[in-house]
Amino acid sequence: MNQQYYEPDIAIIGAGAAGLSAACQAAKAGADVLVIDENRLPGGQLFKQIHKFFGSYEHKAGVRGYQIGQALLEQVQQAGANIMLDTVAYGLFPNMELGIIHQGKAGTVKAKKYILAAGSKENYLALPGSTLPGVMGAGAAQTMIHINRVLPGKKIVMVGSGNVGLIVSYQLMQAGAEVVCLVEAAPQIGGYGVHASKLRRAGVPIYVGTTIQRVLGETQVTGVELVDLGPGFQPIDGTQRTLACDTVCLAVGLNPMTELAWMAGCNFTFLPALGGHVPMHDENMCTTLPDVYVAGDITGVEEASSAMEEGNLAGIAAAEALGYMTPEEAKRQKDAVWQRLQVLRSGQFGQKRQEAKQLQIDTTLAFLKGRRGGGQA
Amino acid sequence: MDDSMRIQNHPILGPLEPTATVTIYFDGRPIQARKGEPIAAALINAGIKAFRRTPKRHEPRGIFCAIGRCTDCMMIVNGKPNTRTCITPVEEGMVVKTQDGLA
Amino acid sequence: MKEGILYTGVPSEEELKACPGIPSQDRMERGRVAVIECVQQIPCNPCEAACKFGAIHVGEQITNLPCLEEDRCTGCGMCVARCPGLAIVIVNRAYSPTEATIDFPFEYLPCPEVGDSVEAVDRIGQYVCQGRVLKVIQAGAYAGTCVLSIAVDKQYADRVRSIKRLSVSDTRQEE
Repeated sequence: MNQQYYEPDIAIIGAGAAGLSAACQAAKAGADVLVIDENRLPGGQLFKQIHKFFGSYEHKAGVRGYQIGQALLEQVQQAGANIMLDTVAYGLFPNMELGIIHQGKAGTVKAKKYILAAGSKENYLALPGSTLPGVMGAGAAQTMIHINRVLPGKKIVMVGSGNVGLIVSYQLMQAGAEVVCLVEAAPQIGGYGVHASKLRRAGVPIYVGTTIQRVLGETQVTGVELVDLGPGFQPIDGTQRTLACDTVCLAVGLNPMTELAWMAGCNFTFLPALGGHVPMHDENMCTTLPDVYVAGDITGVEEASSAMEEGNLAGIAAAEALGYMTPEEAKRQKDAVWQRLQVLRSGQFGQKRQEAKQLQIDTTLAFLKGRRGGGQA
Repeated sequence: MDDSMRIQNHPILGPLEPTATVTIYFDGRPIQARKGEPIAAALINAGIKAFRRTPKRHEPRGIFCAIGRCTDCMMIVNGKPNTRTCITPVEEGMVVKTQDGLA
Repeated sequence: MKEGILYTGVPSEEELKACPGIPSQDRMERGRVAVIECVQQIPCNPCEAACKFGAIHVGEQITNLPCLEEDRCTGCGMCVARCPGLAIVIVNRAYSPTEATIDFPFEYLPCPEVGDSVEAVDRIGQYVCQGRVLKVIQAGAYAGTCVLSIAVDKQYADRVRSIKRLSVSDTRQEE
């Protein structure tokens, strides 16, 4: 078979918020960039975000996510990066070759640097009835209403009060569905209060300290049984009540899609605040392998604005490492990105992520130092 | 077309743009779909939620992630089993069958 | 049950009282003014940039709560549609001897029309009173957010924050 072979300076896996930002920076600096994505359309999850973004002016706060995505895509195209869609990256091998399947045909990419920006996937919640058709990820519902313009159901129960659960509940109502209620096992709401307020004004109850005990239905969802939770998240007997619905959306966190980084041999660290096992990386987003960088949710679950900034960092650093940018110019640009990143990770909602990200970098630096000094010890 | 679940108008995204339709066959039943949309979207629009049955207990399953990651939505498409219907676009005359087990 | 935005999704009276984005009662009596019900330190500052009159201050640390300089605020409403949290309304207690107006963002379909009688609701979606739609503003700069202006009985000006969604069967504009 005639295998396709590609030799870009930088191969980026994932054409979402992080990958496109990395591509933009690296291509602008003059690197030959190839972006690979399994989907038929670029943008990852960015084009599904129809709410106005938070952040500062630099982060285009107040602009809707999909419009930020369109602008970013145009910049990437202007910068001259190639985007190869309908392409699965199935393996990054120890010889630093990437195996791909492009439109059904096998191929190989041999890049000087790789930036892994594969994103994250939604967590599942196992409970009686949770495999019934009609139980789905909140992100799945968002994809259905915004990309496919189909309502996954008409009466929705949302589980999880992080920003994803709050925002998607609101968006389901905008799309014409009824949100019966939102339940949260923790004693308090996880996401921004302003998002919760939108639901409350629309008459949607938010039950904290509550979970779904069972999803009801024979062949598809017909309702849920809710129960209050006491200390230690133990169900309180006698508080069970049932509600009718046709869809249950789970917004119970995401986990990084780290398969390629594991396979390549990157070292990992375990940080629950970031979604579990995440690849170690330094301030340049470089992993413990010198030719492999990471950016976005794969490095720990955050949100689109920080994914874009991490992408910017990785793109600048990889271009610098290949000599497309002087260390001085690279430093100036990276410092500016870091400043914006710190802002995104501040305040009562950002503090925990800020600490976890710092720990991730510190752990990596200590690990690399130990590896270098290992011979003398 | 049974468009009961279709979002014809949206406060932010605006009216749905008209597009050509194609016919696919779900277990023999003809279903109208929007050209280029994923099979899963066309089925959900037609009110179909169960896409396959599990190998051991033959329980119904529907979509979960809708981005091609979880494989809960696999069906037999034009004779090919284990096709992820949430990311496979419809084509005119496509034959889509409920998958029982590993098929 | 515990009070407060962290537990209920709605700011408590104490939180609103301590909120630097809320103008004095005296200022509200004098006419249109922004009421910024933003009580959590989130990294966000588009309201500051939206205000052409320099009446909203967030500052360098963008997790600061927006602070309203009430005498500079003209009640123009640019911040209402710009706030990603939809946390700002314009209140005008000087609209008439008996009525106040509330301008608020509305991002649902169907959208009411000028002159319609609508069901005004409070912060938890409970019916308060009937309101009369005075304006329906869909400016390009609002990026898809519609701003509705409604008149309500003055005694409800501090309670009314939105309206009930119209059901799809209420759609008159279609067909």
